[in-house]
Amino acid sequence: MLETEARANPGDPSAASTDALMRELVAHLREARTQLRQEWARRILEARLLTAMTQEEIFAEATSVYDNYVEALETGTFEALQAYARNLSERIIPRGVETNEVVGIVLLLRDVLARSLFSKYHADFNVLNRILDAYEPAANRIAITVAVGFVQERERTIRDQQEAIRELSTPVLQVRDRLLILPIIGVIDPQRARQLTEQLLRAIRANRAKVVVIDITGVAAMDSHVANHLVQTVEASRLLGATVIVTGLSPEIAQTLVNIGVELSKMSTVGDLQGGIEEAERLLGHKVVPLPEAQEES
Amino acid sequence: MEVPILKQGAYLMATIQSALSDTDFLKLRDALVSKVGQYRSRGVILDLTAVDVMDSFSTRILRDLSLMIRLRGAEMVVVGIQPEVAFAMVQLNLTLQGVETALDLEEGLTFLNGRVRRTAEETRSRGG
Repeated sequence: MLETEARANPGDPSAASTDALMRELVAHLREARTQLRQEWARRILEARLLTAMTQEEIFAEATSVYDNYVEALETGTFEALQAYARNLSERIIPRGVETNEVVGIVLLLRDVLARSLFSKYHADFNVLNRILDAYEPAANRIAITVAVGFVQERERTIRDQQEAIRELSTPVLQVRDRLLILPIIGVIDPQRARQLTEQLLRAIRANRAKVVVIDITGVAAMDSHVANHLVQTVEASRLLGATVIVTGLSPEIAQTLVNIGVELSKMSTVGDLQGGIEEAERLLGHKVVPLPEAQEES
Repeated sequence: MEVPILKQGAYLMATIQSALSDTDFLKLRDALVSKVGQYRSRGVILDLTAVDVMDSFSTRILRDLSLMIRLRGAEMVVVGIQPEVAFAMVQLNLTLQGVETALDLEEGLTFLNGRVRRTAEETRSRGG
């Protein structure tokens, strides 16, 4: 029942006694649970970690972490701890808890428990050594598991946020019948450029657009890959029967396009968005006229 | 597989199903060019709605077809290219340069009507 990965080598003659030591160790940690947990919470506050959380919250989490920690020591399996670490991370990351804080508190717990083992077994140096031989690899493994779980969860959050930002930044807007506007803001990388193109083509078909105005006023710089993506977007739109007008090219981007030899004949451009919309309306055969003066109402 | 060519007033319409072999494509090209003369059509609409892949061969045939139809006094418009297909095509630089395109059948007809009308006006103004 106590087969574990954190054990000494299977061929080790003292393996059996390591098991026994581990059991004894775990029993001690369970027995001293209340005071060790308190000691740990005190150290966390002292080290000014988890400042984003209240004392009650810290104590509540400390209880869960402690129990999971000891359980990992007991069973030698880390899946439950991994799941708990990810779950904990999911909860505390939005609170602004940093990686160094999470690693910090786990290491503090490791120290608190180690010191407790010191004071219990200091009389017999040999026993102390063997206890620590059993404890240390498991404790390190736990620290790594929790830290990695936290970092993975952070990375997942960052990826989700990036995806959300990406989608936010490329709305395709219908501003008149048959006329779409695609305002692009920020940095376009090849992936975003591709997503943009797909989104636009789908929108052209869905809205039966005949003219699209792509405004890049909000784009600071463009490299040759992205410029080619833009040309491809224009060409693909044409295959769906839509004309593309690009507006808002900054002097820098205009320079870039000329330098890399983009075939400008393939792209219709107008200086600013206003001009682009006016040109689009012209292409659609619309004319904007002022309303006749309204009658005076008494 | 033979692609049916339908007569719609002054226009001819052909709807291409997916997976047209190279030979069938050539047969379609020849059939369209021949029928334009036979019916004295003013326009041809080629519907690619059901096509999910376009290669360099088919693109070239379409370009040739467009030019040949024009030489026969008519105008061709390709309609219904799917977004995914359009994207794939431009990535392979198969841009159908010189071929008129429209979103769908309705747009294709609108385009041809406009062209035919303009051509008639030009002919009139030249006193022809």
